[in-house]
Amino acid sequence: MAEEKKPDPTVPPIAPAKPAAAPPPPKPAAPAAQPWDDELARSVRERFGSAVKDSLTYLGQNCFVVDAASITSICGYLKHEEEFNYLVDVTAVDYPKREKRFELVYILYSFPRNTRVRVKASIAESEPIDSVTPVWQTANWLEREVYDMFGIRFTGHPDLKRILLPDGWQGHPLRKDYSILRQDEQWVQENLHIESGQ
Amino acid sequence: MADDLKHTTAEATFLDASEIVLNMGPQHPATHGVLRVILKLDGEKIIGTECVVGYLHRGVEKIGENRTYVQFNPYVDRLDYVASVSNGLGYCEAVEKLLNVTAPPRAQTVRVILTELNRIASHLIWLGTHALDIGAMTPLFYTFNQREDILKIYENYCGARLTTHAFRIGGLQYDLYEGFEQQVKKFCDELPAKVDEYEWLLTTNRIWVARTQGVGILTAEEAIDLGVTGPMLRASGVKWDIRKALPYENYAEFDFDIPTGKNGDTYDRYLVRLEEMRQARRIIQQAVERIPDGPIMAKVPKVVKPPAGEVYHSIEAPKGELGYFIVSDGGLQPYRLRIRPPSFVNLQALDRMVRGSLVADVVAVIGTTDIVLGEVDR
Amino acid sequence: MPPITLATLKPYIIMVLIVGIGPLGVGYLVLLERKLMADMQARLGPMRVGPQGLLQPIADAVKLLLKEDVIPGMVDKWVFWLAPCVTVTTALAAFSLVPFSSEFVVTDVNIGVLAILALSSVGVLGIILGGWAANSHYPLLGSLRCTAQMVSYEVVMGFAVVAVLLMAGSLSMVEIVKAQAESHRWFLFGAFPFGLIAFFMYYVAAMAETNRSPFDLPEAESELVAGFMTEYSGFRWALYFLAEYCNIIIVCSIAVTLFLGGWLRPFPSVKLLGWLDYAAPVGSSLLVGGLSLYLVKRQPRAFDQIVLAAIGLAFVAVAGLFAWPAFNELFRGVFWFIAKIMVLVYSFMWVRFTFPRYRYDQLMRLGWRLMIPLGIVNVIAIGIVLVLRG
Repeated sequence: MAEEKKPDPTVPPIAPAKPAAAPPPPKPAAPAAQPWDDELARSVRERFGSAVKDSLTYLGQNCFVVDAASITSICGYLKHEEEFNYLVDVTAVDYPKREKRFELVYILYSFPRNTRVRVKASIAESEPIDSVTPVWQTANWLEREVYDMFGIRFTGHPDLKRILLPDGWQGHPLRKDYSILRQDEQWVQENLHIESGQ
Repeated sequence: MADDLKHTTAEATFLDASEIVLNMGPQHPATHGVLRVILKLDGEKIIGTECVVGYLHRGVEKIGENRTYVQFNPYVDRLDYVASVSNGLGYCEAVEKLLNVTAPPRAQTVRVILTELNRIASHLIWLGTHALDIGAMTPLFYTFNQREDILKIYENYCGARLTTHAFRIGGLQYDLYEGFEQQVKKFCDELPAKVDEYEWLLTTNRIWVARTQGVGILTAEEAIDLGVTGPMLRASGVKWDIRKALPYENYAEFDFDIPTGKNGDTYDRYLVRLEEMRQARRIIQQAVERIPDGPIMAKVPKVVKPPAGEVYHSIEAPKGELGYFIVSDGGLQPYRLRIRPPSFVNLQALDRMVRGSLVADVVAVIGTTDIVLGEVDR
Repeated sequence: MPPITLATLKPYIIMVLIVGIGPLGVGYLVLLERKLMADMQARLGPMRVGPQGLLQPIADAVKLLLKEDVIPGMVDKWVFWLAPCVTVTTALAAFSLVPFSSEFVVTDVNIGVLAILALSSVGVLGIILGGWAANSHYPLLGSLRCTAQMVSYEVVMGFAVVAVLLMAGSLSMVEIVKAQAESHRWFLFGAFPFGLIAFFMYYVAAMAETNRSPFDLPEAESELVAGFMTEYSGFRWALYFLAEYCNIIIVCSIAVTLFLGGWLRPFPSVKLLGWLDYAAPVGSSLLVGGLSLYLVKRQPRAFDQIVLAAIGLAFVAVAGLFAWPAFNELFRGVFWFIAKIMVLVYSFMWVRFTFPRYRYDQLMRLGWRLMIPLGIVNVIAIGIVLVLRG
């Protein structure tokens, strides 16, 4: 916790371009996420019981950690009963050291309530997960991008294919074991007729 | 999506059936960048579309995992390169949230001024190119000319016109230059006359109205279901703006309206964006009157190492909701940096908007969606 | 074998002049459009080649002539070659019917108007062939749209022309202008206000016939790249472009002949205004010449200064020529004719830079559901007015 409060007396004082620094802001609490227990959290836990593994809050942002198997029903409940009618984002994070390495993150927003909530679900490497496209149409391209970047398959998705990378690309770049310098040499050679530069 | 949209070669020629597959390829004067739209036509009517994106994919999210927080700041400008200041704002605010610092008031006000100027600049480009696509070739030059004034302000402030890298984590790097207020005020004084000129050229022009009214209709329910945000959502009648709903910086101090439309067609989106330019001017005028004195940088450690945790922060970019989802593992580099691009999600709605229209409408609808491929593809 | 006199040689001389000067004139028309467009868009336009960009058309012509002739692999070679030829030929041939003045007309056929309309219809064939030959989607769509548009608006043009025919009583171009002289009134104001309606219909139809904005769908750059011209490059494209601008001059010539009094000066029967015949050409030439000479000092390069000085002196010389009565008698008709065409061409260009373009179905709806009924009603109305006037 070494702060730069006292200026070094041998160094000439800084020209008063900026006023003296305010005391440093308090560091956030070391264990990051706090348990979250308000009306919404309670009603979701009541409804889904053990499928909701945890409900946390960090820096004012609430999130549920749920079972991957019940993701569609929980999302459907949140949309229709709790009025979270806008799916902001679907994305994934890769934790290769965990048993269930991919953590999918769904960020939802409710217009009537003006709140956001996150829903997280973890799946293992080749495990598929249900698509939430039937609940929100937004998920269509967002899930395609997750498939493209991570290789996560969404069952029930109307058109699951790569979106940002070329169709014949091998590999899923945002996985941690995909090096930033590596490309799909075969695709590059076949289609661009050059040797991969790296 | 129909499977038979997937083959785009010349197999399905006009000789075979009554349906043509037309490719508005990556190189096309009206697709605003490298966007490929495959249209399935029955004569002139569109039966289905498919957008192929990814021609400008640069792997920015992967790069984010390999750069420190400060090093990644310039990358963010290159997403929506037409309005780069707001990208920087979203990113810096998201990291500041993780660090639990807020920028000092002077920095916040200056950020608001620059971001609103940026909004006007983005809408000016949109107006010029949209009018050009529909055939009116003159407004383009007038809007670009007006945009030059904004770019000169940016150049005087931070040295760059387009990819400005204006903000830093915790505040600003550069303080205001001599003459900033005068230049901004002069710009604000000239704006109403010029925006009125664009209105006079287009708003009541019969041909413009015929080309944009009733074209690309998106109802409010469809818009919410498709996740469309920004002026497109507001034109469909949903009065929602992140600056009012979940205010960031010191937007809560300023007085401005949120323009909305009724029908959700191209004409309404045009009116909404024009009005947004005027409202942005209102904000700038209020902000420029009361730039507080004080430091421009909060107390942020030299080595930015946010504690472990994740945060999602979004701002109202000119195109819609631009969000940053950052997962930190306590290290120097972000563990996961996700950018929620408004243009990407808005572009999804293209198919819904053009079904049953004619080919000429596709161009109008792509224009009204106001996409920037840098943001769509990252 | 007719005797070789000036009278019998005159048509051939005029034809040679048209075919020789025509393309150059059209090139300068393109330059005029670019400069006007730039002016309305708050910029300068071509400025590099020659003084103030005045030699730009020559540079363009040379470039297009020297370009590689690219013939895409899958085209129908014979038709690909033929299509621009058809269009250019009909466009240039139509000039033979345009009366620049009572003496300067290649041939005064007694069905002049009909012949010109027929020639422009044949010109459409060149566009269809062009789109077909290219054997690709974009050009095909463009040429089909173009064909339907031109055919529809020919009907509109026909009704406008019929309105004038009722007033003039003859199909011959020269006779129509003489009828305007006799009735002391331009047909624009004839059978007021139905002459105005006829002119308005003709004006709109003329824009649609020549594929000018707001009816320039076949060349809608932002939608179909270049429409039926997509696969053409180099000199073939230049031919299409040449034909298009020739068509603009032709339709403006027809408009001037039919509605604006042809080669007559404004108020031809008012003797008191006879001085206009001298004042207008001399004045305008002196103005242009004087402006050119004034700008000579501003040119940075010596070559530009010489060229601009030469142009200025040439215009001053033309002013001197027009001050000479014998020359003036002969050429005053030509001067007025060209002046009126220029006014119309300027308005065509002005409209192009200002308005967005119509969508295809809106364009067709405008033609069939508004213009043609209007045309029919207009013709009936003019007939009634003429009968009532006796």
